Amino acid sequence: MTERPAQQTVTRREAMGRIGRLLGWVVAAECIGGTALFLWPRKAKPQEGAYGGVVTAGPVGNFAPGQVAAFAKGQFYLARLEDGGFLALSRRCTHLGCTVPWDEKAKRFVCPCHASVFDEQGAVLSAPAPRPLDLYAVTIEAGVVKVDTSTRILRDRFDPSQVVKP
Amino acid sequence: MVPARTLAFTHTFGLGGMCLVAFLLLVATGVLLLFAYEPSAGGAYDSVASLRYEVPLGQLVRNLHRWGGNALVVLAFLHLLRVYYTGAYRGVRSTNWAVGLFLLLFAVAGNFTGYLLPWDQLAFWAVTIATSLLDYVPWAGPLLQRILRGGAEVGPRTLSTFYILHIVILPVALVLLLPAHFWLVRKAQGVVVPRGQGEGDPGRAPLVPASPALTAREGAVALALLAGLLAVALVLNAPLEAPANPGLSPNPAKAPWYFMGFQELLVHLHPLVAVTLLPLAAAALLFRLPHLSAPAATEGVWFLSRRGRRTAAMGALVGSGAALAGVLWDELLPRASEWLPGLPTLLTAGLLPLACAAALAWAFANWLRRRQGATGEEVGQALCTALLAVFLVLTLVGAGFRGEGMHLAWPWALQAQGAGP
Repeated sequence: MTERPAQQTVTRREAMGRIGRLLGWVVAAECIGGTALFLWPRKAKPQEGAYGGVVTAGPVGNFAPGQVAAFAKGQFYLARLEDGGFLALSRRCTHLGCTVPWDEKAKRFVCPCHASVFDEQGAVLSAPAPRPLDLYAVTIEAGVVKVDTSTRILRDRFDPSQVVKP
Repeated sequence: MVPARTLAFTHTFGLGGMCLVAFLLLVATGVLLLFAYEPSAGGAYDSVASLRYEVPLGQLVRNLHRWGGNALVVLAFLHLLRVYYTGAYRGVRSTNWAVGLFLLLFAVAGNFTGYLLPWDQLAFWAVTIATSLLDYVPWAGPLLQRILRGGAEVGPRTLSTFYILHIVILPVALVLLLPAHFWLVRKAQGVVVPRGQGEGDPGRAPLVPASPALTAREGAVALALLAGLLAVALVLNAPLEAPANPGLSPNPAKAPWYFMGFQELLVHLHPLVAVTLLPLAAAALLFRLPHLSAPAATEGVWFLSRRGRRTAAMGALVGSGAALAGVLWDELLPRASEWLPGLPTLLTAGLLPLACAAALAWAFANWLRRRQGATGEEVGQALCTALLAVFLVLTLVGAGFRGEGMHLAWPWALQAQGAGP
């Protein structure tokens, strides 16, 4: 029996120790990863007709040009512009997240928290809001307006391409 | 046994002990409140409201918890200032300085998570505003916001997240970290022993038995603090406004008072500077502080020296003056972005004001060195004092002097926050 130099051999004890340590790291990674997965914020289940899902706003004829209708359950405003096109605006102020009410007399959104002002297209008329009100996707199927509130669409400025024409 | 020279009340003002007493009071009242509180969006408000009329002494216990929580944030901050201004953060104490910063962070986090639990308008919108500040932090901000809120908006999941943080995670973190904080004080042979200019190492300062010399003093401070908090709790009721209504924002809506410095900064500066660069720089400065300077000529002496006391006062004047000037400038005069239209706001509302502040600090530091003969240590202290004054002025202005539409107003002219129509 020939003995190899001690530096080159790994004894059974050492090998088991290494495997044990490796398994320890695996267990630690599993625990950390599992905790992270457990705690990771989940997407709310999309509810039909409420915020987070697709909200049916109603037939196109229900909305007059120049009208802004509030949908409390969907947490958005449906604005019909003078040219007849639709915009679905998030009611959440882009400054610090307050809920913006529509002022029918002034034809403006005025944030009560920090006095940002938006027009009926959601564009910023007065700071501190850094960008226009966020949008939701509008679709018109068979003359009925539907708004998908699952994803907010961020924009830098108002652009006519954002308007959905019936 | 403790060094006799460290026992004078004006050496520490008993602030560390007061923090511990406030924490223990919070645990005691918090456990009581748990018996009454219902941690759900549907039941939270009514359970807190029931404390007022239905639960015997319920309002008193809630008041003690509320004012105790605010007292802890204030006392922990004052404790930090005491440690800084008596130079008790260098050398062997530098690890404990870092531990203390984490304790302060947890105390503030504990207050903030508790802020949401009553689930009234005040709580809901303060937490909405404070977590919306994260929207302006690039990259990590929105993710951190989603994790804190447990979704895109403040809602029932935010309440359960904050509840768990408030009653389990943060108290456990504090309970684990507090013994380390105390043990590291013992390792450094007790609180810092005063050593003036030219005095040698105090070595073995005269010792007296810790009991009763120290315990009696700490006990007196503890009882005085409890008596004070009890008096406040008897007179002043913790606020409880209308139930949380996500559809109706109050005017103005404010973050909890200890975050108002940042909300105030956001009124003036570019978001990247106000809620990312400056807070990160402040945190870095706080953590690096023990390693930034050579061992000082004095130790355990308030403001280093007589001249240090004078130069620190000048720093406070310069800082608060500059902050007030900035606030009034933005309210009364056209902003830099209007003077220089066409330039990006990151420049006009970010780098330009920062450059002005840096130039002012540089000129002030030079003046202190040349005209006042201040040492480097004293100049550093004066500059830190100026920064502290800026932070305090901004917090005060934001919390007390901002009314409807975030315009400047006198505190007595403000309508009750979040009262709404």
